[in-house]
Amino acid sequence: MSRNRQLSAGRGVYAFLGAAVLLSVFPLYWTLVAASRNNTDIHSVPPILLPGANLLHNIGQAFSRTDMGLALLNSLIVSSLVTASVVLTSTFGGFAFAKLPFRGSRPLLATVVATMMVPTQLGIIPLYIMMANWFHWADHLQALIVPAAANAFGLFFMRQYLVTSLPDELLDAGRIDGCTTRGLVRHIVLPTARPAMSVLGMLTFMATWNDFYWPKVVMTQQNPTIQLTLSELASGYIKDYSLVLTGALVASLPVIAVFLLMGRQIIDGIMQGATKG
Amino acid sequence: MAASVSAGRPARAARAPVAAHRRHRLDRTLSPYLYIAPFFLVFAGFGLFPMLYTGYVSMTNWRVDVPGSQGQWVGLENYRKLLDDPFFLNALKNTVGIGVLSTVPQLLLALVLAHLLNYRMRGRTLFRLGVLLPNVTSVAAVTLIFVQLFGRDYGLINWTLGLFGVEHIDWQAGTLSSWTAISAIVTWRWTGYNALIFLAAMQAVPFELYEAAAIDGASRWRQFRSITVPMLRPTILFSVIVSTIGALQLFGEPMLFGQQQDPTTGGSQHQFQTLALYSYNQFWGRFKYGYGAAVSWAMFLLIVVIVAANLIAARRMKGLDA
Repeated sequence: MSRNRQLSAGRGVYAFLGAAVLLSVFPLYWTLVAASRNNTDIHSVPPILLPGANLLHNIGQAFSRTDMGLALLNSLIVSSLVTASVVLTSTFGGFAFAKLPFRGSRPLLATVVATMMVPTQLGIIPLYIMMANWFHWADHLQALIVPAAANAFGLFFMRQYLVTSLPDELLDAGRIDGCTTRGLVRHIVLPTARPAMSVLGMLTFMATWNDFYWPKVVMTQQNPTIQLTLSELASGYIKDYSLVLTGALVASLPVIAVFLLMGRQIIDGIMQGATKG
Repeated sequence: MAASVSAGRPARAARAPVAAHRRHRLDRTLSPYLYIAPFFLVFAGFGLFPMLYTGYVSMTNWRVDVPGSQGQWVGLENYRKLLDDPFFLNALKNTVGIGVLSTVPQLLLALVLAHLLNYRMRGRTLFRLGVLLPNVTSVAAVTLIFVQLFGRDYGLINWTLGLFGVEHIDWQAGTLSSWTAISAIVTWRWTGYNALIFLAAMQAVPFELYEAAAIDGASRWRQFRSITVPMLRPTILFSVIVSTIGALQLFGEPMLFGQQQDPTTGGSQHQFQTLALYSYNQFWGRFKYGYGAAVSWAMFLLIVVIVAANLIAARRMKGLDA
């Protein structure tokens, strides 16, 4: 690996990157500042840039003025179930595309990749009609979970990982020992795929948690996800900005926590997905 | 568990070798399909079918507020109407404008960032985490934060600009100013993500190439231009396509950036109403399912055309090099 032969960074590189990180982090830091102050503080000139003492009060307000508790619970349920389902279906499907020979696997894989181009908007009305009139799932969590239970990105991601990370010899050895395909999945594929599964899991969890468009269409404020509650907070006539930003903070905390705990793996996963052909 | 599986099989196989053999073949031919089935079922039911159904709806005059209009076939009439619909053309212009304003700086900045992140340095992971952080925050949260920062009277951005003598800008009101603000939100969220993708590709470039170039007297900038960028071409193309697809579907940012009563109009003069917002507005604001469906399909066709144009352009450029 050429890593130890890379050019060393000079002061200019550190300065530029430092500025980039500062720009990246500042809006989130500022959210914390605003969420811990009151409306008047936010509107003072020159602006106040240090956190205040109002955070707990604001969080209490956010929870009492909106259904934030329910919204957080809903988002947690939906994100967890979607994540579990996507990780499993992607691992199974990715394994089949990576290692099992079958008729039509090439065109089918090409189909999977092509479906990534289809925008959500394209099916939104029929999808809504299906949920509302046919299944009577509008405003129920199933409407968010079932259509998201498997996706092309996850399948492709796991396939790319397993093509290179799962040695054919290991599978052959399993076959010779008399393993069925199910046995192979259980004893060889799942243990090997674990690192990629956790990366895919985190990416899926964050994407589902952050999703706005489809929940906006199919759910109502009676049974919201956290992103809907957040947009509701912002659409009042008289805006309490410290409250809005408290909502933004509460809605972002779970994904930021996941990111801080697992950031290194997420970065590796994103970078791996980019280079493995 | 592993032991019981491998121990149980041969014994049973010895008893009924033919049946076991057949079951084994069945397992080999069938199970791949079983494993890929969930994706294709979900896609068929909730992706492909709605998409085709939207295509059908786009050729009807279906309006929810007009009883009996469901299934009123009008052929390509809705698509013809799009071409003289000033709001559609306006949304198209906004989408392309915001798309260019966000995609171009985003990818150029990402390239520079990736180049710098590729230096040997201390605290590498911390820098990478820092630039990726914006990407994990939700569209809704990010937009609301930036609405505050872009506030006319008390926003931090106007205050900062004021230090340099710039008059307060009403970011929501103007066309160019609102495009700039929305593009800034998109750029802020996606630059770090693209930088990591570029960085991954950069690390695959053999160091010997740079060494040889340095011996030949090539400057750093020349090396970047003549080695890094050409070696990264496939990755850059990938990012251009993914960002373009994202830009054409822009929805949450313009919706929440609007501070007026109806967020789907995209500003008082529709100055930042994107195609996605416009189709949403047709569906849920005006109950025009048929027309809204035509807007959605037009969006998709636009994506296909632009992606195809990118691929063709990339092939041409490759041809010029060779």
